[in-house]
Amino acid sequence: MKVTTYEAMTAIGQAIINNKQFLTELDAAIGDGDHGINMARGFEAVGAKLQSLGADKDIGTILKTVGMTLISSVGGASGPLYGTAFLRAASQVLGKYELDQENAGMMLAAAILGIKERGKAMRGEKTMLDALEPAYESFMAAAKAEKSLLECLELACEAARQGVEFTKTIIATKGRASYLGERSIGHQDPGATSSYIILQTLLEYSRT
Amino acid sequence: MVGVVIVSHSQKVAEGIREMALQMARPGQKIIAAGGMENGNIGTDVTRVSEAIIAANTGDGVAVMVDLGSAVMTTETVLELLSEEFRETVKIADAPILEGAISAVVEASLGSSLAIVVRTAEGARNLKKC
Repeated sequence: MKVTTYEAMTAIGQAIINNKQFLTELDAAIGDGDHGINMARGFEAVGAKLQSLGADKDIGTILKTVGMTLISSVGGASGPLYGTAFLRAASQVLGKYELDQENAGMMLAAAILGIKERGKAMRGEKTMLDALEPAYESFMAAAKAEKSLLECLELACEAARQGVEFTKTIIATKGRASYLGERSIGHQDPGATSSYIILQTLLEYSRT
Repeated sequence: MVGVVIVSHSQKVAEGIREMALQMARPGQKIIAAGGMENGNIGTDVTRVSEAIIAANTGDGVAVMVDLGSAVMTTETVLELLSEEFRETVKIADAPILEGAISAVVEASLGSSLAIVVRTAEGARNLKKC
């Protein structure tokens, strides 16, 4: 499995931008209706920044640039959250040019811990963690069973997809959606959805 | 004097609260609004908040008043990006933004320490209205 971080991030950015309307509609139902707009703005800034950085940088440097750019350009909660996640993931792969099951797992773990600390959230609160934590667990179980990196990612994506479905069944207790209480049931979480889109795009990119 | 920074998703809210708080302030007291995004959109902006905190610090520290969720996260991210030394002198008050800002400004105008300014701001949540 050959992944160029620069190209993978460009594909992720494009997927987020393509889903701008969808994410915003999900957020309008239970939040402040800006998730897609904010994420698209963030990843447009990321695209521009990466172009000036150049494609030949190590994974850590590219992800650090992504994180800092998201923090400074998104404008909603997803900026500090995803920004912190990418910065923490970057710290695991500074100077590295290749991913394996071990460092990819460490990146996911670091990113999730960053999101938990920044958002003071845990799984089951209808957030991106409801997609990312199951994804991480499936990834690690697959890695332990000595599956290929691509297979690990496939299983992680499936777990994230199920995690997004699960968010439809629970009450939001974090963020703007928590103001809705029980009325948030039945809606899928926009943050969990964007997390799934990121993982799914990475998977699709990795298959090519 | 402890500086006060007002972080809101809305530029108008942050500036409106600043205007109200200024009525209670001493001349020259640092009260800085960091509301909205650069283009006037609703949101919180790391660069704006960072610049406001730096500008509000005259050496006695800064109390930061925040509105909802991501205002807190944005401010915490800003603090993480500041030097450790500077970070020590900035505290986020867990307070209602308007009442807290006014309480903080009054307390700061008396020359109180950062810890006391933040405590007073947080006490504003107990103010009875009727």
